[in-house]
Amino acid sequence: MPAGTLYRGREGMWSWVAHRVTGVLIFFFLFVHVLDTALVRVSPEAYDTVVATYKTPIVACLEYGLVAAILFHALNGLRVIAVDFWAKGARYQKPMLWTVVVVWVVLMLGAIYPVLGHAARVVFGS
Amino acid sequence: MSTTETSSGVSPVEGAAVYTVDNPAPVIQPPRQRTKKTPKSTRGNFEMYGWLFMRLSGVVLVVLVIGHLLIQLVLDGGVSKIGFAFVAGRWASPWWQVWDLLMLWLAMLHGCNGLRTVINDYAERAGTRLWLKALLYTATVWTILLGTLVIFTFDPNIR
Ligand code: HEM
Ligand code: HEM
Repeated sequence: MPAGTLYRGREGMWSWVAHRVTGVLIFFFLFVHVLDTALVRVSPEAYDTVVATYKTPIVACLEYGLVAAILFHALNGLRVIAVDFWAKGARYQKPMLWTVVVVWVVLMLGAIYPVLGHAARVVFGS
Repeated sequence: MSTTETSSGVSPVEGAAVYTVDNPAPVIQPPRQRTKKTPKSTRGNFEMYGWLFMRLSGVVLVVLVIGHLLIQLVLDGGVSKIGFAFVAGRWASPWWQVWDLLMLWLAMLHGCNGLRTVINDYAERAGTRLWLKALLYTATVWTILLGTLVIFTFDPNIR
């Protein structure tokens, strides 16, 4: 195993692992996303056909996962920035992590209906 | 190198010189000796600027990406409304063109630099690192160019 794969095993390590995994996931999504958006230069039909897959229930769940990844990476990224630039950042890193988790849970609950609502209507009928 | 009596190295009389002009001390290579391969300057600040860029672009990306997700997935019917006509409507405004352009460049460069760190951490062989980074940089450059081209050449009357 490369050095630095496991580090003390506490909250700080797991938030770092999650930050890394979400960052890599978002990057790969963005790569595909620029390709699918580029279809607007091919034809309106090609674009609309591919975007139709974004509206299926299964992909809606993936979108919910993407939102989860972005929100965690964004909130925890702000925490990392606070630890680096705020004089008391390092002292409050742990309470800040729990704040990140709580805000993330609240936002994810709020995202259920907007992101998954239409998929539920497709599956269960309106 | 001289082979005469230098091997003892300890003076028989305290304070008296062991080595003289005729009997010089052996040369010891200093650590981190500069060689032909040593770059002229090893004190560039690239990694510090990379570190700073991750933080500055991160703050801007919070606004750009979360705003983008709100528009695309939450407001006005969520994903259901997306289609060619919707994109045409958005890119009719220079505001959203600049928004998307900035988001494209910052997110790609931020992600590319992040992945460079990840590759440096896990790819242990120099060859593997080189090839993975070559792949990463090519993919990044092409994606940025393609995305930029698409924003600037978008044609709502393509058909
Ligand atoms: C599932 C969620 C998403 C949907 C449905 C979506 C939808 C769209 C749509 C319809 C466009 C066309 C232009 C516009 O309307 O602004 C677009 C462009 C763009 N999106 Fe997203 N987006 C999503 C997530 C993301 C994320 C997470 C990122 C950043 C990490 C992102 C980055 C971009 C960029 C950079 C462009 C411009 C592409 C180009 O230059 O060709 N999008 N997106
Ligand atoms: C939404 C706003 C974002 C914020 C606030 C943010 C913040 C950060 C920060 C501060 C770091 C440095 C972590 C460190 O040095 O330990 C980082 C790393 C990273 N970010 Fe972001 N980021 C954001 C969006 C993105 C996006 C859109 C992508 C993908 C295109 C991305 C991919 C990455 C990757 C791959 C890393 C490297 C992770 C590592 O080295 O462990 N980030 N992010």
